Amino acid sequence: MNEPGVVAAFWVLTVTAVGSALMVAAVRNLLHAVLFLVLSFVGVAGLYITLSADFVAMVQVLVYAGAIAVLMLFAIMLTPRAARDNGDGIFWAPALVLAGLVATTISLIATRTEWAVSDRGPFAQTASAIGEALLDPFVLPFEIASVVLVAAMIGAIVIVRED
Amino acid sequence: MTVGLEHYLVVGACLFAIGLYLALAKRNAIGILMGIELMLNAVNLTLVAFSRFIVAPRPIDGQVFAVFVITVAAAEAAVALALVMAIYRHRQTIDMNRINLLRW
Repeated sequence: MNEPGVVAAFWVLTVTAVGSALMVAAVRNLLHAVLFLVLSFVGVAGLYITLSADFVAMVQVLVYAGAIAVLMLFAIMLTPRAARDNGDGIFWAPALVLAGLVATTISLIATRTEWAVSDRGPFAQTASAIGEALLDPFVLPFEIASVVLVAAMIGAIVIVRED
Repeated sequence: MTVGLEHYLVVGACLFAIGLYLALAKRNAIGILMGIELMLNAVNLTLVAFSRFIVAPRPIDGQVFAVFVITVAAAEAAVALALVMAIYRHRQTIDMNRINLLRW
């Protein structure tokens, strides 16, 4: 991928995604943190599009930037007296060291390994290919995923029900 | 200047580390949940990047796996936020330093 447009889009989207993820950790107000999290999700969706994964990008916007962000906003709104504080706990220093170690380790491994990179180019269309893969080799995980979703929905309703 | 697999993997590593920091360091339960979602997102990014670049018999499998991860993340977010609501109803707080019923 060396078209100048794609390279520019990659860097802009990377700065958006990683920068707003850093802002999630930095801002003090939890509502602002959720809004920066949405921005980070949208940046990752753009990175999916540069990888020619259009269906996954749409699902990312629908589920992450839409549903999960709204769920988090609801949870913050419904817990009014628990201060909207996004502060750090007592373990922030070891957490920072551990996060830095993880980032450097994975980055070193990713850049030093000789990956078997293919030259087949971008995918033509992914939605129909994903649909066929879900109904032919992955039909059992597909059905189990629907059962998981139903179980999670019923479980969530039972947990929050007043009685 | 060209963009390859390693670029995406390093971006995924950075997002994963930020999510790990959030999940370990934040006091608020919803902040911890945001860190977990960021970590799942980073893993999804690496999966889709591998499915685009790596030699494989069925290269679309990486994207199918990413769709499954998004499904499980949605279920996990629903259950976790329901737990947050239930804890808030009983304890009037979602500060993880003050939810210490199981600590001896």
